[in-house]
Amino acid sequence: MLRIRNLESGYGRLRVLKNISMHVNPGEIVTIIGANGAGKTTLLSTIAGLIRATSGEIRFQGQELTRLAASKIPRQGCVMVPEGRQVFASMTVEENLLLGGHCLGRAGRRDLSALLERQYGLFPILRDRRSQFAGTLSGGEQQMLAMARALMSRPSLLMMDEPSTGLAPLIVRDIFQIIVRLRQEGNTVLLVEQNAKAALGIADRGYVLETGKVILQGSSEDLLANKDVQRAYLGREKIE
Amino acid sequence: MFWEKELECMAREDLEQLQLERLQSTLYRVGTHVPFYRQKFNELKVDYEAITSLDELRRLPFTTKQDLRNNYPYGLFAVPLRDVVRVHSSSGTTGMATVVGYTRNDIRTWSNLAARILCSAGVTADDVIQIAFGYGLFTGGFGLHYGAERLGASVIPISSGNTKRQIQIMQDFKTTALVCTPSYALKIADVMMEMGINPNGLSLRYGLFGAEPWSEAMRREINERLGIIATDNYGLSEVMGPGVAGECLECNGLHLNEDHFLVEILHPATLEPVPPGEVGELVITTLTKEAFPVIRYRTRDLARFLPGDCPCGRTLKRISRIMGRSDDMLIIKGVNVFPTQFESVLFEIEGTQPHYRIIVERERNEDKVTVMVEAVESIFFDEMKKQRALVETIQRRLASELGISVEVKLVEEKTLERFDGKGSRVIDKREF
Repeated sequence: MLRIRNLESGYGRLRVLKNISMHVNPGEIVTIIGANGAGKTTLLSTIAGLIRATSGEIRFQGQELTRLAASKIPRQGCVMVPEGRQVFASMTVEENLLLGGHCLGRAGRRDLSALLERQYGLFPILRDRRSQFAGTLSGGEQQMLAMARALMSRPSLLMMDEPSTGLAPLIVRDIFQIIVRLRQEGNTVLLVEQNAKAALGIADRGYVLETGKVILQGSSEDLLANKDVQRAYLGREKIE
Repeated sequence: MFWEKELECMAREDLEQLQLERLQSTLYRVGTHVPFYRQKFNELKVDYEAITSLDELRRLPFTTKQDLRNNYPYGLFAVPLRDVVRVHSSSGTTGMATVVGYTRNDIRTWSNLAARILCSAGVTADDVIQIAFGYGLFTGGFGLHYGAERLGASVIPISSGNTKRQIQIMQDFKTTALVCTPSYALKIADVMMEMGINPNGLSLRYGLFGAEPWSEAMRREINERLGIIATDNYGLSEVMGPGVAGECLECNGLHLNEDHFLVEILHPATLEPVPPGEVGELVITTLTKEAFPVIRYRTRDLARFLPGDCPCGRTLKRISRIMGRSDDMLIIKGVNVFPTQFESVLFEIEGTQPHYRIIVERERNEDKVTVMVEAVESIFFDEMKKQRALVETIQRRLASELGISVEVKLVEEKTLERFDGKGSRVIDKREF
């Protein structure tokens, strides 16, 4: 579904991503883990077109994304849930959701109410809060709103940047359970996380990013058992 | 039968993406963690972080057996020793031993690939599998043992040797699959005959043979004499052990586990890729090894890529059986000759046994080859004429196969030494 080859990207003269190759198959949860500054967010922003790649290719369902404007990319079915939620605080929950459906064509717009219903089914709390201003929601609720807003465009690939940031562990568990449910419903998720343990706990595969390079990749099971991953990202060596 | 169908039947494009991803991160890891490779990359001025296609593999340095020896024992490990859970060592038959290590993940990958090989050769969880490879430092025994357990088969870790006991256990434990070297399989058949045991009365159905070169004729003989389907499999400890490649039940060449190994076939002298379909040296780069990754390891094993798709549905490329070793290659009167060529001729001639020695000497600056072949007992009671006719047939056939003339000596049955493990059938007495 998503295939990246030899991607290089950065800010100005700063080269952040070096020769990144990776792929996501339909129906998978793939996670990108790595420390602060490894280039995880840069990678997602480059896929989303917010940063221009300096070289390499990003093919999404056969379509080259590197030359598309950021505004055209959600219409291809590739949608990002940004870090820190970025909900529109002074709009209601429902208005936020409707905005998420903005890129649907005229035909798609007829389904808006059905789509709203779907999101409310997935996140019942949002139904209760539908006419509240988004800014009044708790962190976890805002994260749910951000996810639901992204799902409004019926994306083929949902990219999530650090959904666990600033949330209480219990809420993180809820959010991750929802991600698993999204996969069960046939969605494909690219998940960027610092919380490597939680991310590898639900993902099928993972890539480990270090100073802008993929130093390791494999099934979550393999990565969890890798000593380097254990030392660097799981906080301690597993005592066996 | 597939063990990991989605990987074994991957579209070429997807496979190449996976290979590129894995190659790139393997290079990052060896470039940062293995001083030997860092130095080699520097010497060759290769920016290992800038490899952007599988073709660029050709810019990378080779790794040789000598490099492994120079870094004995742990110099080429890419992880600290405390992450290593197993150490194996190559037999050292051709010089100083070499050491390889495995992390927990490496063992898992290895077991999985060995299971893949076993599964494609017909073995299932319902089989009773007798592993008559040596256990210990040699990778053959443990590699297939773990693979068979992973598969869920019942494993008999009998190890090599004590042929009568092997046969006894085969009978009593109702062994359905045999794992050993092809020459040992024939030895088992010999001893069975001596013991008066009819192989048809056994439960044996499949045989997975490897660790030494053998021929199609030898396969037919094993199949016939043991009443099984014999398949070939390939691996070497420097790269992992058994599990690098193996035949499916089509028995038409060995599928390479390309998602874990990148394989090139190069001319042993020029080190350039051979034209498609021609024989050359296998050069292997590991894509998933953690403890002991190797870049472009020169295996010295000779084989060729086989064209066309396999009817089994696997998309993994096939190689021919191993035709010999580039250092076994005999240059006789300027002609390249492989011991396996002798073997395939001898097998097809009635009245000979599949046991032979090749003796190469130099007389008055000219190479002379003598082949000692065991002949069936009856021929020695017969008139001389028959013996002479047999010698002439062998000579004629060998000459047409090899392009050189050879002397042939018939010896009585069971006078040549038998091998339990890897056999060495060439005696080169020439001094250069």
